[in-house]
Amino acid sequence: MLPLIRNEVVEKRKWITSSDFTDGIAVSQSVPGAIALNIAAFVGNRISGNLGAIVAVIGSALPSFISIVVISIFFLRFRELSMVQGFFKGATPAIVALLVGAIVDIGKDALKGYKEIIIATGLLLLLLCLHMHPVLAIVIAAILGLFVRRQL
Amino acid sequence: MTFVQLFLAFAKIGLFAFGGGFATLPLIEREIVIGLQWFSHSEFLELVAISELTPGPIAINAATFVGYKLGGVWGSAIATMGVCLPSVTLILIVAHFLHRLEGNIWADGVVRSLRPAVVALIAAAAYSVAGRGITDIWGIIIAVASFAVLRTRKINPILVLITAGIAGIIVYL
Repeated sequence: MLPLIRNEVVEKRKWITSSDFTDGIAVSQSVPGAIALNIAAFVGNRISGNLGAIVAVIGSALPSFISIVVISIFFLRFRELSMVQGFFKGATPAIVALLVGAIVDIGKDALKGYKEIIIATGLLLLLLCLHMHPVLAIVIAAILGLFVRRQL
Repeated sequence: MTFVQLFLAFAKIGLFAFGGGFATLPLIEREIVIGLQWFSHSEFLELVAISELTPGPIAINAATFVGYKLGGVWGSAIATMGVCLPSVTLILIVAHFLHRLEGNIWADGVVRSLRPAVVALIAAAAYSVAGRGITDIWGIIIAVASFAVLRTRKINPILVLITAGIAGIIVYL
């Protein structure tokens, strides 16, 4: 996704410089939200301020927005059909496979030390057993991050 | 459900959408299924499947789908704007002060330390989807086969999901 955007806005259209774009990636990764939309907001902002950001975000969100609306129209009309039910019943286990794959990929990088493994396991147990709010998992990890950092 | 509630629910989701769409699923489930009870657990599985099957960011897709189901095209527009607003606002603020954030201490420090939480959140999502979505031996077979294909071949995940869906039609019809 990012090479595609870089090619379009840096190389082809020369809207922003390569180092500006790299800053944009860093900023996009440090705030919540989808990275493609964040980088759109950043590039739009660099080109023409807040309005540019809004226009760029609308532009990058519009294709999936329209796709989902069209799919919703059909899905909500035909969801009771046994074929549609069967499709979703088959696709759902594949989503589990996708999620487990993401855990493996991100885990390789994110769970390098024993501290990280303890934090991840602890948060998972809190989420599953005590039904902790997901926002709390983020907040606890952020606080632990600050604390661990200060020790170094 | 009012449009204000819809907007605020997704603004809250957007504000804490760290670590990508997968990691946001538990938050969407908590807000939309458990908290506001706009969706049932089985409707949540459909929401996840549709969000994954459509290109584009998962959290945005989920917002559009929930919004459409609850309030038509206007609902989908409001939910989508809600989920985008926090990150766009933060981007504009950070972009404004960028020259002062040398070395990007925030990105290197705090956001890095969120990664164990991201793994835990995705694992919680996998647990929830597997618990309700894998109900028999066919589900297990499809999950294992999909995992094997995804790990051994460079293949678009959407293609794997569609193939699994077709397998589902054959098996369950």
